Parts: sequence; C-alpha cells; structure tokens
Amino acid sequence: MQPGKGLLMIQFDKAHKRFPNGTTAVHDLTLDLPEGGVTVLVGSSGCGKTTTLRMINRMVEPTSGTIRVGGKDVLEQDAAELRRSIGYVIQQAGLFPHRTVLDNIATVPLLLGHGRRKARARAAELLETVGLTTEAGKRYPHQLSGGQQQRVGVARALAADPPVLLMDEPFGAVDPVVRAQLQDELLRLQRELNKTIVFVTHDIDEAVRLGDRIAVFRTGGHLVQCATPAELLARPADAFVEDFLGAERGLKLLSLTTLAEVAQGPAPEGARWQLTLDAARKPLAWRDSESKDAAEIPVRPLRDTDSLLSALNESIAAPSGLVARVDADGVLTGVSSREDIHDRAGQVHSAASAVAA
Amino acid sequence: MFELLKGLGSWLVSGEQWTGSDGIGHRLAEHLQYSLLATLVAAAIALPIGLLIGHTGRGAFVAINLSSFGRALPTVGLVVLVFLASGLSMWPVYIALVALAVPSIVTNTYAGMTAVDPEVRDAARGQGMRWYQVLFQVELPLALPLIMTGLRLALIQVVATATIAAYVSFGGLGRYVFDGLAQRDLVQVLGGAVLVALVAVVLDLVLSALQRVLFRHRPAPQS
Repeated sequence: MQPGKGLLMIQFDKAHKRFPNGTTAVHDLTLDLPEGGVTVLVGSSGCGKTTTLRMINRMVEPTSGTIRVGGKDVLEQDAAELRRSIGYVIQQAGLFPHRTVLDNIATVPLLLGHGRRKARARAAELLETVGLTTEAGKRYPHQLSGGQQQRVGVARALAADPPVLLMDEPFGAVDPVVRAQLQDELLRLQRELNKTIVFVTHDIDEAVRLGDRIAVFRTGGHLVQCATPAELLARPADAFVEDFLGAERGLKLLSLTTLAEVAQGPAPEGARWQLTLDAARKPLAWRDSESKDAAEIPVRPLRDTDSLLSALNESIAAPSGLVARVDADGVLTGVSSREDIHDRAGQVHSAASAVAA
Repeated sequence: MFELLKGLGSWLVSGEQWTGSDGIGHRLAEHLQYSLLATLVAAAIALPIGLLIGHTGRGAFVAINLSSFGRALPTVGLVVLVFLASGLSMWPVYIALVALAVPSIVTNTYAGMTAVDPEVRDAARGQGMRWYQVLFQVELPLALPLIMTGLRLALIQVVATATIAAYVSFGGLGRYVFDGLAQRDLVQVLGGAVLVALVAVVLDLVLSALQRVLFRHRPAPQS
C-alpha cells in the first residue's frame, strides 16, 4: 500500500495463531504497516484484532508465520527487551496500584536502567505532555478518574520514546465525553510525535476519527479490508464490511471532509431571516423579521476546518437553510446555502466511490 | 472465684515472680524465642511455595489440600509422635509449631497472589518486565497485605500453642500451666494462661497497626 513512503515498520507475513483449545484467532495474516500514522484494527469481539496487536510485542506468539518490527523478526529477539522498545496501552490502563503516578510512568526507563532521578524527571515531563498536573504525579492511580488513569497509561507507554505504540481499546472504559477528549488529545500528540500507532477498537466511529488506515477483521481472524477511512467508507470490499460500517456510512464519509470548498456568498438582504452580528461582526442569532417581537433562533457558525457533516447538520437546523461561515477569529465571512452544501456532499461521495484509476 | 483473681493479681505483680530463671521475664523471652523462630522457619518454607504456586498458577490444588491436612493435624499428637521418634530435644516442639504455621502462610500468600488484578500482571509483562521482576516488583507488593495477614495469624497461633514446649520439659510460659497443674496451684495455671493470651492479643494489635500504617495508600479492597 502507499509504495515508496518510507520504511515498513511492522510486517505480518502469513502470521497464524491457533490457541490450544483449537480456536483460530488470526488466520494467515499478511499486512504491512508503514512508519508513522495510525492504523486501527476493528471488528466485532472474537475477530482476532487484539491477538493481532499482542503478536507485535510477543504477548502472544504466532503458531506459524513471522512478524517483523523495524525489519527484525520478533521471535528472534528477547521478549522483555522487545516489549520495552514498544509502547503498550491497555484497556482500564492496567496501572500499578502500589506505585505513585510518577513511578508508574517511570516504569520502562527504570527497567532500561536509566536511574531513578533521570526516570522521574522524564516522567514529570510526560505528565505535562498528556495534560496532567505535577500534583497528580504524587497521587496513586485509584485516586484519579478513569480518563486521568488512561492518560497516565499513555504517558507510561511513551516514557522510553518508543517508535511504535500499541493501544488495545484504550478508551473503551470511559464515558463518551471523556472519550472524545482523549481522542482529540491523542490526535494532537500524534501530530507532535508521529509514532507508528496500532490501535484496536470495536467502535467504527472511533476508527474513522483516529485512523489513517483502518483494517477490518471478521470472526475467525480474517483480515477483510485495509484501506484509508475515505476509501473504506466509499468502497467497502464486501457485504460484511458494508454491514459493519453501518447505515450512516455516507454521512461518516462527510465527517472526513471539511467545508472549505463549499461556495459562500454575502448574507442575503431583505430575506425573512436576518443574521444579527455584534460590533466585531461575529454572528449572534437568526432574527425573524416577520415576527412582531423579532423572535431569535441561535446560530452555530462554522469554520473552514469544520466537517461537511456538521455543515449538513447546521443547514438542517438553521431556519433559512443557510450556514453562517466565520474565520478563525469567529468573524463572519459569508453564508452557504443548503443546496451548495448538499451538492458538495454529493460530489465528495461520488469522487470517493469512483474506482481509482 | 474472687480469691483466685486476687491470687492472680498478686502473682502477676510480685517482684520475685518476674525475675530469676523461673521468672516471668525469662519465660516470656523463651516463649517469644520459640514462637518467632518457628514462625520464621515456617515463613521460609511457606512463602516460596505460596509465591510460586501463585505466580505460575500451577500446583495450587496439591498445596492447598496439603495445607488443609496440616491444619487438621493435632499438635499435641505430633509433638508426642516426634518425641517418641527423636527422644528428648526441642525438635518435637519446633516441628509441631512449624507444621501449625505453614498452612496459614501458604494459603494467605496464595490468596494474595490470586487477588492481583490479571490486567495489572499483563501490563507488567507488556511493559517489558521479566518473570522475576513481575513477581518482586508487582505481584509480591500487591499480595503483601494478605501475606502479612497470613504471617500474623501464623504467629498468633504459634504463640498460643508454644505452651506445649513445657509439656516435653522445656521452658516458655507453658511452664506455669504444666507446673501449676502438677502442683495443683490454680493461680499459677491461670497466670500462665492469662500471660499467653495477653502476649497473643498484644502481638495481634501491634501487627495489625503496623499493617494499617504500611498499606495506608492502598485502595480499599473491591467488594
């Protein structure tokens, strides 16, 4: 996939895992992951996505086939040393309850023999990186919220600055609001650090949000399709993937495109619904000019970086079918019509669906 | 009854009762020496067994059943048996006390190890700890509260039972009980019994307090 885009960081070559009880968790998996970027492994439970992830750091050893990290066969390396060189975040964080947050984060540097002082200094630095206060470092894991614990889990995985980060449903146990925050934070971190991240989830929305590439697995450990989110949503390989992506996959595709390309014009004069602005030309509300008491409906202005999906949503919610567009400072730049947004959505969809030459 | 308690009071506080080779001070030291040595030996045997079966998850069935068997052994019977086999020595006493202490230490150590969250154990391996690092840096510290409970229970049991040293002519606080019985001196019997109970209760309180201080940062056990 993406030829000539640097080194292949993780390579599965006919990797197969059958457990002693006879179930096949991963079936002859051949998959190459380039350096950098987030690959999300999705599928319903029992599809082998977690086993696939755990074969990368040898927490599970393949029955046959090979797995290479950075070009080296994982089975030919010392398991403990391999794991220290790969960041690993698990669901529920798996923090050590008898160690302070700071010492939890310092785990791998200490194992690598960096010395307590140096390891703790590094851990303190990472507290800030993942958005926790210095004060939180002195606490014990059970004194933190679920979301904070998960941040500590990420910090611990990053402590030795590994090139590869494995994340096994890391945000599965937190509430939707915190989950969205943690996803945003991960994207921000990833822009800074550009690690090779392999991320397991059963949530397709999370996969679309985070993934540069999505690999869909089917029960029995079969990889069905590995593609960019846009390609996956527009051209699912078969009925199984289509089903897995759900009925709103067309809308999910719109969440990947911004509304920057949608045409905008000045707010119409003399129409029934008038946009009211403050002194700095920031939109305040839609006012009904035909109503005696000048009833107002709230406006949710959008920026060019907002998604086409949110524009579609706002065009339905706005009384005039117009979406107020603003610049980065929130100052009005123009409005876009429901029709223009709808047309653009259609173009995006057909462009993505067209088979690439 | 009242006379007996009055006798006990003057027995306990009289100066001469506390000094000399048959004094309470000396007997108490002997008693503690037997108890601590037996518990230490038991710990040296039981801790590795408990940690090993807890870490590997193997052999638990055999170890736990052997422990239950050990608990069911009548201590006095064991003392007499080893006494008949080995003759007059401290061996029968120590063997019986160690056999008494081993089961609670094994079962509590094993219970502590199985109570370690498998996610935490998995995370420890996943961060790159070797098996002995997982054992000593994660499992052992997490199992420690229950291990200490096992040691405490074992020590209390041993203290209460170490009176049998006197049964085969050695010292300890049991001396007063057996001598008192032989001399039909009820005050002395009662004095010995009260002292043994007191030592057991005080040790229990001190060790529980120590546990609370040591593990004050631990989350409350999940129900």
